[in-house]
Amino acid sequence: MTGWPEGLERLLTTDPRDVGCDTARAVLHVYVELLAAGIDAAEHYPGVASHLAACDACAEAADGLLAAVQDEGLHGGPQPG
Amino acid sequence: MKSEGSESLPQVRVVSPEVARENRAWVDDLSSNGDRREFASRRLYEVLLRAARAEVGRRAARLRLVGPEVDDIAHQAAADALLAICGKVETFRGDCKFTTWAYKFVIFDVAAKVNRHFWQRSGVAFDDDDWDRLPARLGIEPEAHAESRELMQAVHRAVDENLTAKQRIVFVALVLNGMPTDVLADQLGATQNAIYKMMFDARRKLRTALVDAGYLAEQQIA
Repeated sequence: MTGWPEGLERLLTTDPRDVGCDTARAVLHVYVELLAAGIDAAEHYPGVASHLAACDACAEAADGLLAAVQDEGLHGGPQPG
Repeated sequence: MKSEGSESLPQVRVVSPEVARENRAWVDDLSSNGDRREFASRRLYEVLLRAARAEVGRRAARLRLVGPEVDDIAHQAAADALLAICGKVETFRGDCKFTTWAYKFVIFDVAAKVNRHFWQRSGVAFDDDDWDRLPARLGIEPEAHAESRELMQAVHRAVDENLTAKQRIVFVALVLNGMPTDVLADQLGATQNAIYKMMFDARRKLRTALVDAGYLAEQQIA
């Protein structure tokens, strides 16, 4: 059968490399800094990339974290030391 | 899905000497006592509050959240994130900017607070299994609902016949009702990772059932 709704296809597609929420979140800060630096984060962390493709909650957090890292206005405040 | 901790995640990030110095200053200041720690906490709170406001704003626009409650969420998230960061500062490994690591706390805190707030207002029970919602939840346009009826019935049947009781609850809450994973985890007293794993297994079972029934081709992983 062809012409499956994209939403159903996405829902039912699973990737055995998917590391799950806990592992993805443990390295999300590093993953996002790689993205911000223009480095292929998915190449370094394929299991995390797979998870972000399937988990809306973690993907949304990754988007938010990337936006924060790239928002220079956020970093204009006081520095430590 | 790989079992928890089974992937050896590589250390691929080496920060610059300047970033390493800033990181050390944050960690030392927040690990100290008295005024030094207090001053660093206040500085970090300002940074977190700016990030929280930006993140709440990003999410609120999509969820149509408005009013003073939006700023309240940002303040609460910044305060809660600061507390969590101060409690875990010694676990910071220095593999990114300290602020990036700190932002992660506040981003997830904002997500949890916004999701809870939005869900409380939605008026939908997580176990309300109205299957008429399925086509819309899967992004099927109303004009295509009639032709997708057989398929939707097959999905419903596969859920009833192949999933465990817990997997069915998770499917209904997340897919039919659009409940955020973290809110469902709270309600079921589970971790988000456990809910994700349950749903992951459910998705695999449903695909297998629909493939076996001739509704779907075998999955190809790139």
